[in-house]
Amino acid sequence: MKFFLQNMINALQWGSFYSLIAIGYSMVYSILMLFNFAHGDIFMVGAYIGFGITTLIIGICAASAIVLPIWLILPLIIIISMFLTSFVGMFVERVAYRPLRTAPRASAAITGLMIGIVFETVILAMLGAKRVSFPALIPSVTFNVGGVFITNQKIMIVLVSLGLMFALHQFIKRTKWGMAMRAMSFDFGVVPLMGVSINTMAALTFAIGSALASAAGILYGIAYPVLDPYMGIKYGWMAFVAAILGGRGSVMGAALAGFLLGFIQIFVAMIFPSTLRDLIAFSIIIIILTLRPHGFFGEAYSARLRL
Amino acid sequence: MEIQNSKSPAEKMNALNTIRNSINKVLNFIRNYFSEVPLLGWFIGALTAVLLEQLVGRLIALSLGLPKIPILFGFVTMLKHPYLIPSTILYMLIVYILPIVSIARLTVPITNWLAGKLLVLPIIISVIIHLGLLYLIMHLWSGISDYRVLMLKFTLIAVMVTLSLNVVNGYMGEFSCSHPGFMALGAYGASICTVVLFVDDSMFGPALLPPAIGPFMFPVALIVGGCLASVGAFLVAIPSFRTRGDYLAIVSLAFTFIVKSLIENLEIIGGPRGLSSQPNWANLPSIFICAVVCVWIINNFVRSTLGKALNAVRDDEMAANVMTVNTRRTKMTAFLFAAFWAGVAGGLLAHVLRYVNPGTFGIQKLAEVLAMVYFGGLNSIQGSILGAIGFNILSEALRPLAIYKWIIIPSMLILIMIFRPTGLLAFKEFDVKKIISPKQKQKKEVQNVIASN
Repeated sequence: MKFFLQNMINALQWGSFYSLIAIGYSMVYSILMLFNFAHGDIFMVGAYIGFGITTLIIGICAASAIVLPIWLILPLIIIISMFLTSFVGMFVERVAYRPLRTAPRASAAITGLMIGIVFETVILAMLGAKRVSFPALIPSVTFNVGGVFITNQKIMIVLVSLGLMFALHQFIKRTKWGMAMRAMSFDFGVVPLMGVSINTMAALTFAIGSALASAAGILYGIAYPVLDPYMGIKYGWMAFVAAILGGRGSVMGAALAGFLLGFIQIFVAMIFPSTLRDLIAFSIIIIILTLRPHGFFGEAYSARLRL
Repeated sequence: MEIQNSKSPAEKMNALNTIRNSINKVLNFIRNYFSEVPLLGWFIGALTAVLLEQLVGRLIALSLGLPKIPILFGFVTMLKHPYLIPSTILYMLIVYILPIVSIARLTVPITNWLAGKLLVLPIIISVIIHLGLLYLIMHLWSGISDYRVLMLKFTLIAVMVTLSLNVVNGYMGEFSCSHPGFMALGAYGASICTVVLFVDDSMFGPALLPPAIGPFMFPVALIVGGCLASVGAFLVAIPSFRTRGDYLAIVSLAFTFIVKSLIENLEIIGGPRGLSSQPNWANLPSIFICAVVCVWIINNFVRSTLGKALNAVRDDEMAANVMTVNTRRTKMTAFLFAAFWAGVAGGLLAHVLRYVNPGTFGIQKLAEVLAMVYFGGLNSIQGSILGAIGFNILSEALRPLAIYKWIIIPSMLILIMIFRPTGLLAFKEFDVKKIISPKQKQKKEVQNVIASN
């Protein structure tokens, strides 16, 4: 039982990473109807930007002998790097996706893949192949709750990601831009007729998705302090699977599916030998998709007769 | 006083148009100049060029100041030693461009007559003569160095993989990420067949059959690898009945990860350390024959009724269903067929490298294969061939740039996607008879019509 709860905490942590990245995928997929294969690499770029900002702030603090409390540094880093990574996302949209808005979607997917490769190579060229280690920000405190060991890092990661998801939910539900996004996912062609510019909405969607991915990157850097340029491939594609499991048209479904994927992976590793983790997790996913092809919360595929 | 250099938008457009018109005029002139040359003429020109390189190439290179014969059309030399760029260009002109162009143009009467005479006979004779010439050119060209042999082998294998992916992605319009998995299955299937049966190996014990009959059993081993890949394709084809394009991407991606993970966990075939000691049977003639057979069979497949059914399923699945196309059977056939050829290509790759490990068949291989298909063009045989050859040459030519190669190649592909979203040579028909037939000079009025367009 203790073992189970311990793994549950781990699964929550992994689930929060996958959810934050999967929300970005799912937003772009629901609103703009295209797969953004560069999103995993935006996650990686966000983590590296966070690393850069952290070293910068720590350097400034050390040089000018200002001591900032922990509860100020961490939100500052997260907010600044979310802001900067949203520009990266808008750049990707402007360069890779806007010229291809009328092209077949497969071509846009290829462009996304290629921009992902460009990002990886740029980071590799700028920082070299040595892995960089994220500076430790929070002194680690371990609580012992009835035999289960929980670190304050894990609690903070889960709370921050839940908070960000709640904020996104409120944004989509209550603001006018959120309403425009929901309208675009419902019927894409009508929205410009109502006076909302698609270019603005696309840029906003990418900005929000990239900001969340960057938050995921920083949280990942706090939990596992080693960053390498190819981590976007690993976690980005897993989160892509989570976005599809959640279904089209549902951003919160993607978040739930991200947690589900985290649970599947951790519990498969718990029960079976850990080398079989990928094998069994993906087999479960294929079975789920065969039984429920449109994801958990997605709309069923209904073909419209075009006469 | 008006500023002199401001032009109105109309004048700027005129300047752009005149540049575009002059480029078009030059291209039209070149096209018309060479419009009479049949394929036979180009082959004879290329043959003289490679013969020239074999006989006096080294002499010419040394006399021009180059340290040795430029390996890959001079690209690598030009990038590594920029001061050698004039000599390399001169070398390319003397050894390649001038002989090919002049001999192709000068022998036009003879080659047109010959091509016409050959067409009277059954077409297979003409095709075999052309393929024999092509193989001779490749053999002579690669006689200079082993690097060229390896390049040619990789390019021919890439042609096969690109063609098989084009069947699924281009002709059937599904975005399938499963080809690395098919290649892995084929590579391991063929390798296990060869190593277990014909090689005294430390992992599997002594050979079960006499190694002397080995080279004749090599096609059988490749077919076994291909069939194994086809069996794996069931895992992708069956979910494809219920899922549409977006979800099929996930299922095929999951399939690739499953295959990779499965191979990594099977210690009996080496696991993550890989499988080595395949025999050295994948030489240039056998790979060439495999590639030719692949092009021939795939071309016949996509021109047949079943191939047109693929296009129908892509364009409108519901309408195809109504028009008596059995969409399930079509999808199943397409996946199994494409998987077979990807498996054969994987088997050949394993035997060229003489080592195979599951790490090669991951996301990076997927990105490469997709890049080759979309670079060349969807739904066309010529496009796949062009994509495979172009991507491989580009990848090798930019090698001296080290890491920046992977910034230039994706950026080029992004530009191609923006300006031609379906690839360079998409939606073309591969008509063998038209390709090998003698060409006639186009009439004057047709020329003018083409020039004015």
